Amino acid sequence: MFLTNIEDVPGKTITVCHGIVSGSTVRAKHVGRDIMASFKNIFGGELKGYTELLGESREQAIDRMKGQAQQMGANAIVNVRFSTSSVAAGAAEIYVYGTAVTVE
Amino acid sequence: MENLAIVAVFIALGYFFGRMAESRHYQSIHEREQAFLHLPTTSSKKPLGHIGPITQARLVQGNVVISVDYFKRFLATLRNIFGGTIQAYETLLDRARREAVLRLKESCPDADQIINLRLETSSISKGDTERIGSVEVLAYGTAIYSQQNTSQAAPQ
Repeated sequence: MFLTNIEDVPGKTITVCHGIVSGSTVRAKHVGRDIMASFKNIFGGELKGYTELLGESREQAIDRMKGQAQQMGANAIVNVRFSTSSVAAGAAEIYVYGTAVTVE
Repeated sequence: MENLAIVAVFIALGYFFGRMAESRHYQSIHEREQAFLHLPTTSSKKPLGHIGPITQARLVQGNVVISVDYFKRFLATLRNIFGGTIQAYETLLDRARREAVLRLKESCPDADQIINLRLETSSISKGDTERIGSVEVLAYGTAIYSQQNTSQAAPQ
């Protein structure tokens, strides 16, 4: 599965367009990480727990999107975009979408 | 009175540790930016300059969550009264963006160029913004590998 965020896959030609595919995941942070984060709030610096959490969620969203594309019979997703929104205090939604295509 | 003392201690701790952390972070950013000068990133959709036939292209990303310290948050609250630029938050966002781009580059050190770089900023704890002043920055783009590069890299 080829993934790019440009309009094509360089070196290949798009033969079939299957339409939009997307994947999303809503994750809440857990208490342990939250406690560490509140310490960091005094000293400043990177909140590693959150970085990892969001990284993992994004991987999961991409996997879901890939699954959808595979069902459609696509072998590449172009023009991939990410978006993040906080739906509630302490929970974030990661949304990823793109266009599923077949390339040769 | 006790509350005031606690706040004062937090501000002092935030001032010292926050300054230390920030200067250390900037130092590491400068060093790594120097090391990655050979890997240009562009926001254009086509590779720039002379590049051989493209052999591979893939989506790459880097993300980071950074929080401000207590002292800077205090400064920002003061700024809210008088208005003006909040320098404390400017450096926070600057650091977060540069760090995210560096992590993106670190995930594909052999690439020729990274095109269509996008940066997305979000505050992950909107419901309780008063409590946590942290931002997440995500950098993503398409890493381009060309034949030229692979043939150069092969003998090493």
